[in-house]
Amino acid sequence: MIYLDNNATTKVDEKVLEEMLPYLKEEYANPSSMYDFSRKAHNAIKEARGKIKDFINAANEREIIFTSCGSESANMAIKGVLSYNPAKRHIITTKVEHPCVLNTYKEYEKQGYEVDYIGVNNSGELDLEELKNKIRKDTALVSIMWANNETGVIFPIKQISEIIKSRSPETKFFVDAVQAAGKIPIDVQENGIDLLGISGHKFHAPKGVGMLYINAKTSIPPLITGGHQERGLRAGTENVPYIAGLGKAAELAACNLEYEAKEVKRLRDKLETGILSSIFNARLNTSITNRVPNTTNIGFEYIEGELILLHLSDLGICASSGSACTSGSLEPSHVLRAMGTPFTSLHGSIRWSLSKYTTEQDIDYVLEKLPAVIEKLNKISPFQRELEHLKACKGV
Amino acid sequence: MWDYSEKVLDHYRNPRNVGSIDNADAIGEAGSLACGDSLKIYLKIDNGIVTDAKFQTFGCGSAVASSSILTEMIIGKPIEEVRKITNKDIADALDGLPPEKMHCSVMGHEALEDALKHYFKEEAAQQEKIVCTCFNVTEKQIWDAIKDNGLTTVEEVTNYTKAGGACGRCKGIIQDILNTYNKKSAEESKMTSTQMVLKVNKIIETVIAPELEKDGGGIELIDVSGNKVMVKLYGRCSSCKNSLVTLKSFVETTLREKVSKEIEVIQV
Ligand SMILES: Cc1ncc(COP(=O)(O)O)c(C=O)c1O
Ligand code: FES
Repeated sequence: MIYLDNNATTKVDEKVLEEMLPYLKEEYANPSSMYDFSRKAHNAIKEARGKIKDFINAANEREIIFTSCGSESANMAIKGVLSYNPAKRHIITTKVEHPCVLNTYKEYEKQGYEVDYIGVNNSGELDLEELKNKIRKDTALVSIMWANNETGVIFPIKQISEIIKSRSPETKFFVDAVQAAGKIPIDVQENGIDLLGISGHKFHAPKGVGMLYINAKTSIPPLITGGHQERGLRAGTENVPYIAGLGKAAELAACNLEYEAKEVKRLRDKLETGILSSIFNARLNTSITNRVPNTTNIGFEYIEGELILLHLSDLGICASSGSACTSGSLEPSHVLRAMGTPFTSLHGSIRWSLSKYTTEQDIDYVLEKLPAVIEKLNKISPFQRELEHLKACKGV
Repeated sequence: MWDYSEKVLDHYRNPRNVGSIDNADAIGEAGSLACGDSLKIYLKIDNGIVTDAKFQTFGCGSAVASSSILTEMIIGKPIEEVRKITNKDIADALDGLPPEKMHCSVMGHEALEDALKHYFKEEAAQQEKIVCTCFNVTEKQIWDAIKDNGLTTVEEVTNYTKAGGACGRCKGIIQDILNTYNKKSAEESKMTSTQMVLKVNKIIETVIAPELEKDGGGIELIDVSGNKVMVKLYGRCSSCKNSLVTLKSFVETTLREKVSKEIEVIQV
C-alpha cells in the first residue's frame, strides 16, 4: 500500500507505541492517586508536558493543556476567549479554516456576533491588507491556521500577530497549528501567539489526543468542567498512555524537522513535477514555495475526484480529494473555492500528503501508474472537445 | 468510504458502452461541470428499438456505474419500455446505492428523459440548466434575455447576460439557443388562426380565469381576429374603472408572454 494521505492521519511511530504500552498494561494507576503506584503515571504526564513545552517553545509548562483532539483545542480556545470577553462582539477568521474553527464561528454568527472571514488569493495566500482593515478595538479574537490542510500553504503567523497587536493589543490570537506540527518549527513566543492547538495523530501519535497552549497573559474557562485535572481547565482522568505518546511524538518530530524540510520535500517535489509533466490535464492548485514540505494539491481537469480516488485505491494508492462528496449535492472544497480554482478542476482535485515513511519507490509507483488511470478516466468524460483543446494548447 | 455494492464496483471499474455515437438519433444531457456531475447519453434508435447506447460521465463512481448499467438496461429494448425506466430501476439494477448517492441514478434518468424528449421532438424543458459555468448563467436566463431584448447574436447575449464572456466555451451552446429561439418564433408567427384561438382560450381558462376568480372577478373570450383578442371582463365591482384597467393589462401581459408578443386585448 502507498499511503499518501498523511494530512488526514499518520501511522503511529513504533517508538511512540513503545512509550505508551506500559500505561496500557501494568502502569494503569490514576495519576491523581496518593499512593506510590501512581507516581509513574503522574511523572509520564509531567514529562510529556515538558516535551510539548520544548516542542512549541512555550515559556512555562503551566501553559500546556492536554485535550482529546485538535477540534477540542479549537473549541476550547474560541469558546473560552469569547466567554471571558462578553463585551467584544466581533471576531475574525479566514475562509479556508478547518471546519472545527469555521463551524464554531458560524455558531457565534448565528448568536449575533459580527464575523469577518478573510479571503485568499489564487495561490491560497492570505489577504493581509484585508485583515489589517478588519481588526477593530472590539475584535475579541482572531483565529488563523498556521498551515492549510488541503493545500499546505503556510500563513505568515509572525506578521499576522504583529498586525493584530499593532491594531488592537487586547485582541486574542488563536492559531490552529494542527497541520504545522511536525512539518515546520513552531515557536509560540517568537510568533506572538496567545493560544495554539495541535493534534497528535497528524504527527505519528495516535488519534484522540491533542493539546491547547494558552499563554500566561490569557485566561479562559474550562470547556469540560468536573475534576481538578489540568489545573481545573480540562476535567476528566488524564489519558496517560496517549499523553505519553504525544510527548514522545513531539520529541521525535522535533528531531525530524530537517528530514521533512529536505527529504520529504524532495519526494513531494518529485511527485508534483512528475505528475505535471506526464499528465496534460493536471493543474497545480498552488505553486507557492511557502508550503509545508509534505503537501501538494493537483486538479485533473474535466474528471471527477472521487472516481480518481476509487481507481487509485484499486491500485493500493491512498490519497484524498477536498470535495466532501457526502450530501445530495456535491460540495467542492471550500478552500479551493475561496482560491477561485476554476470549475474545470475544482471537482477533480486530489491532495497528496507524504510523511517520513514515504519512500522513493512509493513516488515512482504513483508516477508509473497515475497517467494510465487519468487517461482511462479522460475517455469517460463528456468534455472530449475541451480535453482535445487543452491537449492542443499544451502542445501534446 | 462508501458502501458500494459489487455491481457498482464492477461498473465503475469496467464501465460498459463508454463513448459517443456520431450519428446518434437522440442525445440527452444532465448535470453540469459546475455542480460536480454531468452526463451525456447517446442513443441509436431503429424501428422503435434502441439498437445502441453510449455514455460519457463526469462524476463519482456511482455516477459512472449508473450510466454504465443504464446503457445495458436499454440496448435492445423498445422505446416504449425504455420510457418507463425510473431512477429507482437504475439504482435497483445496481443492487442499491448509498442514500447520499441516489442523485446519481436520478441524473441517469434525467439524461435518458432528455434524450427521449429530443427524440420525440418535445420541447426541452431543461431550462434550469447552467449554460455558462464561468458566470453561472442558466438556459432560462439566456432565453429570457433573447426574448425580452430581441437579441440575435452571441455577442449581444454576452453583453446582456455575461454568458460567454470569460473562457468562451459556452458560445456554441448560446448559438444553439439562439437558433432554437429563432425557429420557435418563426413557427409562432406562422400560427394559424385556429391554433391561435385554441391557444388563447387555453391560457385564459388555465391561467387567467383562475387568477381573476381569486379576487371575485371573471373573464369571457368573445372573439379573436388576427392579433386582436376581444374579451369581456368582470371585476368584483364592475363599475370600478381602475380595477378593470388593471385586469386588462394583466390579461394582456399574460397572453403576450404565453402566446404571442403581438397580442392586443380589447375589452368589449
Ligand atoms: C487544520 C486542521 N485543524 C484541525 C483538525 C482537527 O483535528 P482532530 O481530528 O484532531 O480533531 C484537522 C484535522 O483534519 C486539521 O487538518
Ligand atoms: S462557460 Fe461561459 S464563458 Fe466560460
